[in-house]
Parts: sequence; C-alpha cells; structure tokens
Amino acid sequence: MRDQSAIVEIKDLVFGYTGNTPVLENVSLSIAPGQSGCIVGPNGGGKSTLLKLMLGLLQPDKGSIRIFGNPPVEARAWIGYMPQYHQLDASFPASVLEVALMGRVTPHTFFGYSRKDKAAAMAALDILGITDLADRSFAGLSGGQRQRVLIARALAGEPKLLLLDEPTANIDPGAEEQFYATLDELRKIMTVITVSHDLGFVNRETDLVICVNRTVNIHEATGFTAETANEVYHHHVNMIKHEHACFCHCEKEKDHHE
Amino acid sequence: MNEFAEFFLAPEWGFLRFAMLVGLCISPALGVIGTMVVTRRISSLAGASTHAALGGFGLALFLQRVCMLEWFTPTFGAVIGAVGAAVAVGIVSIYAKEREDTVIGAVWAIGMSIGLLFLDRTPGYVDWQGYLFGSILLLNKSDLYMTLILDAIILIPAIVLFPMLLALTFDDTFARLRGIKVTTIYLGLLILTALTIVLLINLVGIMLVIALLTLPSAAAACYTNHLRSTMILSAIFNACFIFAGLLLSSLLALPSGPTIVVLAGVVYVLSIIRKKHLSK
Repeated sequence: MRDQSAIVEIKDLVFGYTGNTPVLENVSLSIAPGQSGCIVGPNGGGKSTLLKLMLGLLQPDKGSIRIFGNPPVEARAWIGYMPQYHQLDASFPASVLEVALMGRVTPHTFFGYSRKDKAAAMAALDILGITDLADRSFAGLSGGQRQRVLIARALAGEPKLLLLDEPTANIDPGAEEQFYATLDELRKIMTVITVSHDLGFVNRETDLVICVNRTVNIHEATGFTAETANEVYHHHVNMIKHEHACFCHCEKEKDHHE
Repeated sequence: MNEFAEFFLAPEWGFLRFAMLVGLCISPALGVIGTMVVTRRISSLAGASTHAALGGFGLALFLQRVCMLEWFTPTFGAVIGAVGAAVAVGIVSIYAKEREDTVIGAVWAIGMSIGLLFLDRTPGYVDWQGYLFGSILLLNKSDLYMTLILDAIILIPAIVLFPMLLALTFDDTFARLRGIKVTTIYLGLLILTALTIVLLINLVGIMLVIALLTLPSAAAACYTNHLRSTMILSAIFNACFIFAGLLLSSLLALPSGPTIVVLAGVVYVLSIIRKKHLSK
C-alpha cells in the first residue's frame, strides 16, 4: 500500500491526446509531504501534459491521480499554478498588484477584493521581492519581473502545492542566484514542483528529479548524474556540478528535434 | 454662437438630436463591450456576428412581407442572427480552437449572403443601404428603450463581476482553476457583444460596426494601464465621436456612419503615434 497522506499520488496513468499514441504511459509517482520535485525531459516528452493532468485540466485515459488524496479538480483550491509566460498577453492593461490579486479570485469575488485579499497579494509580492513594483503596469515590466509577478499570483491563493511551468525561461541575467534562493525558501514551507525543458536547474534542495519522456523515471536529486540524464534524453548531456546545484546543458538537443 | 444654437435646436434637426441621444446612451455599453472585444481579441468574431445580423434582417423582412409573420421584426431577426453566430463561433473557439478562423470566415460570408438573397426576394422597397451604411433616420423610440436596457444588462454585470472578468480576460485557464465559470461568462460576453452590435447597426451600419466597436477602445488603451479606466475612457471617447460625428455630418451633409468612424480612426492613429513617441 502507498502512503495515503501523499501530496501527489499517480498510479499506472496512461494519457494520449488522439487516443492512439499515448503521450504518457505507465506513469506512477508519489510525492510525500516535505518533498519537492523537478520535472525534466525533452520537448514533447509529456512534461506539460503531466502538469495539466495534475491540475485536472486533462483527464487520464487509464490510472488515477490524487492530489492531497482528492481528484485534482477538487484539490485546486490548494494548488498554486504558474503557466508558461509566453501564453499570456504581455500588453494586458493591469497593474502588478491587480495581477497578483487574480490569484485570490473566487466565484464569490464581487465588485472588488477584500482587505485580506490585498494583504495576501502584497505578502506574495514580498516573498518574490517585488513589493516596490505593486503599482507598476504589468505591460511595462521585463520578462524576469513578469515571471515573478506570475509566481506571486500563484502564491497569493496561499497554496500548499506550487506548480511552476518553466520558471527560469525568462529570468533576467544576474538574477538567477537570488531566484533560486527564493525557490529554496518556498520549498521549506510548501511542496514545489517545477517543470524544466532543458534539464534546467536540478537543485540539491529538490528531493526528486522526475524524468518524463513518455514514461516517468524518478531519481533522488543526489543520485542524478550525467549517466541518468543521458538515459532520459537518449543522447549525450553535458553536466556541470555546481557548488549547490547541478546545471545540465543539452548541447545536442537542437539536433535531437530535427 | 447664437446661430449655432438656432441650427442645433431647429425643429427640422429633431432626428439629429434624437440620434445624439441614442448615441450618448449606447456609449457606456459600447465602452465596456468594445474594451472586452479589443482586450480579448475577438474583433473578427464580432465581425462574423455583425454580418450574420444581416442574414437575420433579410430573413425577417422576407418572413414579414411574404409569409405575413408580422411579429418577426427586422431587429428580432438581427438579434437571432448575431447572437446565434456569436455563440456558435464561441463554442468552436472553446472546443476546437484551431478551426476558429475558418468558421469565422464561413459565418461572416454565409450570413451576409443569406441576407442579400432574402432581401433580393423580398417584394417592395427595402432600404438595404441603410442597413449596410447606417441611417440615423431609421432610429426610433424602441431603439432608445432597447439601448437603455442594454446599458443595464451590460453595466451591472461589468461592475459586479469585474474581478472575475479581469482575471479570465488575462488568463482563462488560471481563472478556471480558481473555480470561475469561464465558459458561462465568456458566452454571456458574446451574447452581450451581439446585442450591442445589433443596436449599433442603425447608427453606423453593418460595414462600420466593427470600427466603432474597436477603434475608441483601442485609442483609450493608449492612455491607461487598467482595464476599468480603459472602459471608462472608451465610453467617453464613444460619446464624443458620435456627438461630433453626427453634428459634422449634418453641417457638411455627409453620411453619418463614415463621419463618426473617420473621427474615431483619426484619434486612434494619433493616439498610437503619441504612445510610440512617448515610449522612445
């Protein structure tokens, strides 16, 4: 028997968009309280699909997903989600605080937000270190600043599980270290699952490395080596050990797609 | 100044003052709907809905005069055509996103063609130019009452549901995850857009509805960074364009619809240039 108190519990999941060729097959994984994870794998390997299944935006063909012991749709109130930022309108007319407040919206939010909502949104901006941007226009921000605003929006709902799709895709040069430090702080207070396309950052704080390429392999972060990365990507992966994080670079990834 | 007042208050310009009144009344609804159309980028969907309204007009006139269905008024027909098209395209855009622009093109052309075919087979005089290019002489008291009702059914939800509207316009997936009934609100928005379109047709005509639905809001968006203030400024712009356009068209004996739209277009272009200039 699996642990019933698991944050995320996926059993024998199969999913395909057309029904013929499954994007994901025989996926089983379990994330215990206190653990965090980083979903890695090549483009088209099924990372974002796995995330959408965890949010209940897609339904599995076979198998089951439980988030906090519930079907994903019923667990949404505890999930904070940051989508890939290029899916959104960069010129949208709203202030940073207004975007963060969207993380507090409910079907009963009429007329405007309460003082409590505003305090929670400001607290979320504070965690990301961007309270000074609160009144700025979202459209006028840099890519990295927008990314932080979207994480703040996900945090404003005070989630217990944070799902971040490509959080480092638009990060400002020089702000990386600070950004990773922020993520480390978040991991101490909630379960954080990040998705990364280029193996991204597999932080030592990340307990599980979830390698998705049609099926799923799980590694402890400390045991995640160049060899395991090669297995996932089916080609050579350069891996650089950092002092407190492992960064992987897939030199041949472009060839791989062609 | 006295001459101007005399001209404006002269009894023979009664229809002009009435058109201005209708124009002022429709401005708040138009400010909200226009801003949503521009921000959600559904102007081509609105275009399809507008041309389907002509199909409804044609069908209604045909049924009235040939089949003696007196209750099937042209406005009723236009509402059926515009709302039906908007909802049909909306459902396609929700469930089969990749087919959206093909369906929009089909509804656009078929709606208009059906209208023209019915108008051709309708006996008696039909002022189809009035429908295509607008005729303020077509405005009557029921337009004014319908405009006031439209204001109420647009402004009340816009104010009450504003936080949800803002959240789902920015990111509908996220809003859905927060429990917002995204599909219901979106279809409601499309129905209200279609109703606004029908009421605009008499003022500026089918060909120019899209211009009036988008240009003032797009111009307003150059001056503000908030959805709410864009809506308010767009409503003010609409009122000014309609008022000034109608006055100008009467003084210079120009058609009213194109005059209003050219005014809106000039302000839009100047606003874009100003914004680009400021951002340098």
